[in-house]
Amino acid sequence: MKRLSQFAVGERGVVLSVTGDGAIRRRLFDMGVTPGVEVRLRKKAPFGDPIEITLRGYALTLRKAEAARVVLE
Amino acid sequence: MLQFALVGNPNSGKTTLFNALTGSTARVGNWPGVTVDKKEGAYKKGGVAATIVDLPGVYSLSPYTPEEVIARDFILTKRPDCIVDIVDATNLERNLYLTTQLLELDVPIIVALNMTDVLSRRGDCIDVSLLERRLGVPVVEISALRNVNVDELMQRAMKTARKPRAGRSVLRSGVLGAAIETTAVALRQKGVFSPLFHATKIVEGDEIAIKNYRAEARDSAALIRARVGKDGFDGDVEAAIANVRYEYVTARLSPALTRARGVDEYTASEMADRWITHKQIGIPLFFLILFALFHLTFSADFLYLGRLFPAFGAWCKRGSAIKTVFFQNGLCSPGVLLRNVLTALTDGLGRGLKTLLRGFGCGEAVVGLLCDGVWGGVSSVLQFLPQVLVLFLLFSLLEDSGYMARVAFLFDRIFRRFGVSGRAFLPMIMGFGCSVPAMLNTRTLGTQRERTATIRVIPFFCCSAKMPILLAAAGAIVTAKNAFNADMVVCFMYFLGVFVAFSTLFFMNKQTPQEESPFIMELPDYRLPSVKNLAIRLWDKIKRFLQKAFTLVTLSCVAVWCLAHFSWDWRYVADVRFSMLVALGKLLQPLFTPLGFGGQLKTDGWVFAVAALAGTIAKEDVVATLGTLAASLGAIGAIDAVGAQTENGAQLAFLAQHTGITAPALLAFAVFNLLTIPCFATVATARAELDKKTFQKTLLFWFVTSYLVSAAVYTIGAWWWTAFVWVAALAIGYAAKEIFARQKKDKIKKKKRVGGCKNCNRCKVCNGCAVRLQ
Repeated sequence: MKRLSQFAVGERGVVLSVTGDGAIRRRLFDMGVTPGVEVRLRKKAPFGDPIEITLRGYALTLRKAEAARVVLE
Repeated sequence: MLQFALVGNPNSGKTTLFNALTGSTARVGNWPGVTVDKKEGAYKKGGVAATIVDLPGVYSLSPYTPEEVIARDFILTKRPDCIVDIVDATNLERNLYLTTQLLELDVPIIVALNMTDVLSRRGDCIDVSLLERRLGVPVVEISALRNVNVDELMQRAMKTARKPRAGRSVLRSGVLGAAIETTAVALRQKGVFSPLFHATKIVEGDEIAIKNYRAEARDSAALIRARVGKDGFDGDVEAAIANVRYEYVTARLSPALTRARGVDEYTASEMADRWITHKQIGIPLFFLILFALFHLTFSADFLYLGRLFPAFGAWCKRGSAIKTVFFQNGLCSPGVLLRNVLTALTDGLGRGLKTLLRGFGCGEAVVGLLCDGVWGGVSSVLQFLPQVLVLFLLFSLLEDSGYMARVAFLFDRIFRRFGVSGRAFLPMIMGFGCSVPAMLNTRTLGTQRERTATIRVIPFFCCSAKMPILLAAAGAIVTAKNAFNADMVVCFMYFLGVFVAFSTLFFMNKQTPQEESPFIMELPDYRLPSVKNLAIRLWDKIKRFLQKAFTLVTLSCVAVWCLAHFSWDWRYVADVRFSMLVALGKLLQPLFTPLGFGGQLKTDGWVFAVAALAGTIAKEDVVATLGTLAASLGAIGAIDAVGAQTENGAQLAFLAQHTGITAPALLAFAVFNLLTIPCFATVATARAELDKKTFQKTLLFWFVTSYLVSAAVYTIGAWWWTAFVWVAALAIGYAAKEIFARQKKDKIKKKKRVGGCKNCNRCKVCNGCAVRLQ
């Protein structure tokens, strides 16, 4: 169990769950961050935040605070 | 008439398809969220007339973002005859997620598989017939950009539109399937449109659907609660439904795609991103690119060849009129070169017109009105068209390539310190073109506070209409001082605008610290900008510029000229100094004394006050008014008449000499016009986007900011030690703000909280903070 915000560049993992509630969580689901999907941390912006991940064949960027909601195996 | 709605993910090419179908020139760009409102157009080919509606891009039909609400409301209330679902073939899975939601509607659907040209270039292919079978709706492969198969798509869409279609859900099994089905039956009995769609939304816990169908929502909630846990989703219905949809897409639809290479291999886009969004190089690279853009547009010494090779520079400065078109301080940059060509043309035309009119024996008043009033003003604006276009083209190139989304990614962390997300960078950059679309684009931002703040600073990003003011002022400063570099001065003013924008953002943020809006954004693949798209946008820009120059600006010039040549009893006066305008200008003049272009000027100093006032109609009017007045003053021999009409739009330089305005004051004049209340169109847009009270405050904010900053520019420029005074004043202001904010915070804390949620102290009714503040 690890959170996406703790990942290092190049690390990959499978999403277990997305915590929290409301619009941000729904947004993550809509963008395809659902349980069972494999994501890879592709890049960190200058100052280490936001981060860029690849999943389902495309690139998504999100902030560390948002990434902290994503729990991975 | 048949009505087709274009629905799809952001940046999947809806607007490109819309333009291809209707022949419009609506704005497109390679970043998510270019279109923020719906647009309508007519499709005329194929015998039947049809209306095409371009909806803003959505990832889902959830009730959370304004774009989603617009798209959803349109589909449910206007009931289009057919939905054209644009699916980006290069990003199949996520795009089809939205398709699974659209399928639940009782509306005929056709899937347009877009960007198939990019797909085949990668060597990938999609089994269209498999997709058609699994989705149960027609699928057509197209390329909206290259206009491939677009007419075939419309023919099939027309056929599809005639056959009624009942909604279908991919959520058919398990507890959820049962709950949706039961709810849908109840809704169908009530005669609701698209019962399956609403039923799914109710089960999902969608706020809008639950509010509309309270009874059904209660029943479905009870049903799910009775059987919760059995399917192992712990009552988390929203997650479960998103999950089932994606599972369906991955298992049943994704196999239609055959990839030529492994998923993990680096694409060209990723390779480029290694450097472009590099941790250390990314930000410096951005500034380098920005500098290159300005250098290409404004520099009279391209690549600094004249500076590097003094012999070449000296050779360039000498020479005939024709030679100065190409060589000034060195080789001219493309922007300057084009401007020189156009200036030569307009000058010739102006002189020809004067000779022609005199030849016909026209009266001095008529010649004056047409040559000095109209042509003098309009041509002074026209001269800047080439540079406006070059900068616009370069910015369009960056936008279409997909770089702008990366810039938002690079700068998000820095922007957050100023209370806005990196996403706000995109409308700000758009502000370099025109503030009106930029302000509309702020709709994609998360919170109202962020929108207000962004709208307030957008005019500080020098738009293409303000550029001539900076250029003319820079030209005049260089002429007066015979020092500096025109492109350096312009660049300084651009940066000053940006600097002021961020300083004020910082202050606004300190005043009302608030929650952060989310920053979950797709980074689109880099794309080669299409020449056709660029040409369309460039042509559109030229058209708009000319339209404005020959309507609004011409009218203003006529008005200014008339005011400058009639006395209070409406008699024609040849000498400007006895006219109404002078009286008006002199009335305003003292207001600008602290800025350096008021009472301290020798003769005819009122021209600057008048020009600044004219700028509230359209910013082009500032330079146009100066042009008209220079020509009028030239006509009576107050200033060098030949000089007022010729040389690279140097009217301001002659006026500067005539009035004795100093270089710092010229700079202050440009800065004041750059930062002050923007043109009429922008003010109207701001009024529409903000509530009344915020709007009034915004107007005041613009005026006060511009006044203070240009006063600072003038005084520091004239007496350098006043910089310390300004810094001290700033520090006191900052401290006052800080104390004020703290007091306000305490007051809010003391107030009894209505809602129970954390970080919520503004809502009158607690909505659990999931709902956006409207």
